[in-house]
Formats: sequence, structure tokens, C-alpha cells
Amino acid sequence: MIELDGVEKRFVVRAKTGRLRRERREVMAVDGISFAIERGSMVGYVGPNGAGKSTTVKMLTGILVPSGGRLRVAGLDPSRQRIELTRRIGVVFGQRSQLWWDLPLLDSFELLRHIYRVPAQRHRANLDRFAEVLELGSFLSTPVRQLSLGQRMRGELTAALLHDPEIVFLDEPTIGLDVVAKAAVREFLAEVNRERGVTVLLTTHDLADIERLCSRLLIVDHGRLIWDGGLDELKRRYGQERTMVVDLEEAAPPLDVPGARVVRVDGPRQWLSFRRDETSAAELTAAVAARSHLVDLAIEETEIEEIVRRIYATGAAPAVS
Amino acid sequence: MPPAGSSSRRERANLWCRVGEVRALALIYARLVEARIRAQLEYRVSALLQLLGAGLITAVDFVAIAVIFANVTELGEWTVSEVALLYALATISFAITDLVIGHLDLFPQMIREGTFDQILVRPLPSLFQVVASDFAVRRFGKVLQGIAVLVFALTTLEIDWTIGRVLAIPLAIAAGALIYGAVWVALATIAFWIVDAIELVNAFTYGGSFLSQYPIGIFARWLQGLVVFVVPLAFVAYFPALYVLGKDDALGLPQALSFASPLVAVLAALVARAVWRNAVRHYRSAGG
Repeated sequence: MIELDGVEKRFVVRAKTGRLRRERREVMAVDGISFAIERGSMVGYVGPNGAGKSTTVKMLTGILVPSGGRLRVAGLDPSRQRIELTRRIGVVFGQRSQLWWDLPLLDSFELLRHIYRVPAQRHRANLDRFAEVLELGSFLSTPVRQLSLGQRMRGELTAALLHDPEIVFLDEPTIGLDVVAKAAVREFLAEVNRERGVTVLLTTHDLADIERLCSRLLIVDHGRLIWDGGLDELKRRYGQERTMVVDLEEAAPPLDVPGARVVRVDGPRQWLSFRRDETSAAELTAAVAARSHLVDLAIEETEIEEIVRRIYATGAAPAVS
Repeated sequence: MPPAGSSSRRERANLWCRVGEVRALALIYARLVEARIRAQLEYRVSALLQLLGAGLITAVDFVAIAVIFANVTELGEWTVSEVALLYALATISFAITDLVIGHLDLFPQMIREGTFDQILVRPLPSLFQVVASDFAVRRFGKVLQGIAVLVFALTTLEIDWTIGRVLAIPLAIAAGALIYGAVWVALATIAFWIVDAIELVNAFTYGGSFLSQYPIGIFARWLQGLVVFVVPLAFVAYFPALYVLGKDDALGLPQALSFASPLVAVLAALVARAVWRNAVRHYRSAGG
């Protein structure tokens, strides 16, 4: 469905270096990325700011022309067959609206129906369905500029899917949303993928998006792919270290438990670091409970930035390219 | 080789397909523009004030021309009424272009903010979408001004009317609008490389309108060559006016050029489209 083979994007940057002198410098925003995505899958595209995520998505959607390599989306060359491609893909850019600012949401959808030439019946059926799942009913006739961010994002998702695209690209779809709105967006995407077989590629900062939605994870950094695989596999390799936070009945000296070490103590609360392959959370819980009065506990998983740092620390990067 | 019949049938089917395509685009254009106008009317007071302001500027413009004509009886072997015809053709064409694509002066902003992105992810030609993205009703006054001058010119001139000359006037206006449009579009593409070039572009677009309002005989030689052969502004009003008035070209160019405006307009539009297409491939978008 999506294929990239050694795709590159160079930007020429002119920086002022003196009063009149300007330096011309080439920046590789995307530096030889290759991967393929199968129909019907949901893939997360992750990386720090400026890693080349958005540039990749913009090349895949036909906005930017690649400087090198080969890419195909739904069998088409995005920049050369742009118009054909746009009928088969949906796009949501978290920070940019696809909607008409001054018009009610419903009018935007109506305009899109004509632009994409969706048969009236099909449009009606899709809109009814999305309005139900995303609960658009209460603000369909509100001008877009008056919508809250969460409401607008639900409108954007609808706008991107009304023409029955085969692939949806989402660039930071949950950015700035509150917990409830995030959950609504995720649930909706999962449903669209499951029921309509839509292929989804999403970029995100939020590891929870990936955890909830994506079976496969691509990590990009400095324009190169440094990870291509499942989230579980990633955690097994780089997320071995987990932390158990235990609340004891009263303050105590650092616990001495086999397979774990205390990294922090704050009154009756202690943080124990342990490795997934050495001790299970259950064993550790039992060991702690045997040594003191355990009141409560929580387990913290590793965050994505930390994982990226560890991939580099082990010298494995770039793992894929 | 396929039989001749089927290939011509296919061509006919193809033609119908294209006609259908154009019709569909026209409908979408109407819908988008209608939506824009509806949005503008949401702010009624502001729209009214802008219309008033535009009317005032138009009136002042008009006085300026009247003052010139009151003091000059002839301009490069052209009588006042003849110059008025020239002025009217150029003004109406310009006003129509301004009405339809005047918002191109906001195009660099579209590039800077990256909102051009959303145009590229929709199944319509990008230039079409930029053109259809706005429609400035307030600029309508300028068209009326041009029509008023045209009426003045036609009632005071003694023209030997033929069917050709009658048709030449609307044709010249349409061709003129297209030529202006082509020049503006080509200039607007500079924004793909240099975002802050708008003042430079304005100098050419508004300067261009000024140039086409006068008989080119009064210009310096190099400027004459420029508006005939490079940026074909002489075809907006000058050559059509020559034809309608039955006058000879001051430069001694062949009279056939008087008929060439529609052709030049189509050619200019094709060049502008090619320039645009090439420019879009250099779009850099904004942010990472």
C-alpha cells in the first residue's frame, strides 16, 4: 500500500553569516528512508522534533517532491499523480485545518462532498455514521472558528474520511487534546481501521497513541529510520528496565529485594528498578510484601524519548535503513 | 490500426468528458465562491464600509482622469474619446481580473504559513483552488467605473460599426482579463522561492494596468517592445482599440495584430500554467 525505497529530501537553507554574506547549506531532512506498509495495517511513525516525520508524510501525500529515492502510495507516484492520489487518501494535520474557518461544520462537509464528488447517498451514510460515533450533533451548525480544539479535531477526522479513503495520514492527531478527546480520537481511528479496513499511518509524540492503536512502530531520527518493528519487541529490547513504585505503611530503609534495586525513597514511598527478563512484577510484589506492609503499588513503563536514547546508547542506531 | 470511425468516436467521447470536467469545475467554483461571499457578508458592516471605501477611491480616480482630459485634447494622435475607449477596455479587464484573482496578493502568506498544504491534498488543480479561495465583492466598483467610461467613449465616438467591431469589444475585455491574470499568476509564483517579494510583484501588476491604459505610441521605444513582445500588455486594450477605431499602429506593426488578442491571451495563459506547475514542484511547505 505504501512503499518507500531510499527516499531523500534535501532542503537548501540560506543563513545570514555576515552583513551581506549568506551561507548556502544543504540539510538532509530525510536521509534515505525505506519501508513498506501493508493494506489494512496501523503504523505509528515516531521521532523527536525535526526528525523528518512531517517531511516524510508530506512526501507521501504529494505535498513535497522528494529529492531522491522512490515512493509509491496506493501504486501511485504522489507528486506526479497528485490529484488521482488525493481521492484515495485522507489527511489530518493536527496543527492545520482542512475546514473552512468561517463556515459551519456542515457546510464544510457539503463543500467537500462536491470537491471529492461523493454520491449524495454515500455521503449521507458516512456523515450519519461519523456524527454518531464522534458525537458531532451538537456543533454541526457552529462556524469552525468557534469550535474547541477537541471539537475541531473530530470535525477534521470526519472531513478526512467522508470520501472513503483507503489510506489515512495523521500528523499529530491528538496534539493539545485533553484526555477525553484523545480517547475519543483513538477509539474512532481503531474503529475505522477495523470496520473499513483503512490503512493508517500516524505520527505522534504520544506513546499512548501507539500503544492503543499500532501493531507496528517506525522510529525516525535525523532523517533515518532507527527502528522498525512491534512495540512489544521494542520494549523487550530497550524497555527491559521498569520501575515499581511501592507505598509502604510507614517510612522504611531501602528495601533489599533480589532482582531489584531501590533508586529513590520518599517517606513511605520507594521506587524499585527491575528488569523484565530477571524478575516478574508478581515475584517482586510477593518479595516486597514478605518484607514489609505493602499498601499500594504501581508500575511505570519506559517513555519513548528514553527508548530512543537507549537505542543510541547501545550503538545499534541506525538499526534499519 | 483501429478503424477511423472508432477513433473519432473516442475523440468525441473524450471531448464530452472534458466538457463535463469543465462544467464540474465551474460548479465547484460557484459553490466555493458563494461560500466565501456568504462568509464576507457575515460581517455586514465591514463589507459595507469596504464597498464604500472602494467607491470613494473609484470616484477620485475618475476625477483625476476627467482633469487630464479637460486639459489635454490629444494624446499621441489619439483624441480624448479614443483614449477613453482604451482606458475603459484596460480598466474593465483589470477590474475583472482583480475581482477574480485579486487575492493572489495574499498568496505569499499562504506559502509562508503552509496553508498551501491543504490545497495540495485535495483532488482539484492547485491553481484553480487558489483562484477559487476568495472573491472580493468590494472590488466590483472598479468594473462599474470602467463601464461608465466605456459608455462615454462609445457615445462620443463615431465608429463605423461592423459585426467584427461589435464582437471585438467583449472579446477584448475577456482576452485582456486573461492576459492580466496570466501575468499575475506567473509573478505570484515568485513566492515559491522568495516569500517576501509582494511589493516587487505589485509594482508589476499595478504598473502593468497603468501601462495598458495609454496608447503605446507615447512610450519609449524599449517599453513599446516590452509590452508587445515580452509581457503582452499591448494586447489588453491597445491593439483591440486600434481595430475598433480603424487606426494604424504608431509603430507600423502589421494590422493583423489587432485581431491577435484572444490568441495571445490563450498563449499567455498556457505559459502561466506551465510556470505555475513548475513552481509548485518547488514548494517547500512550512515547518519540519
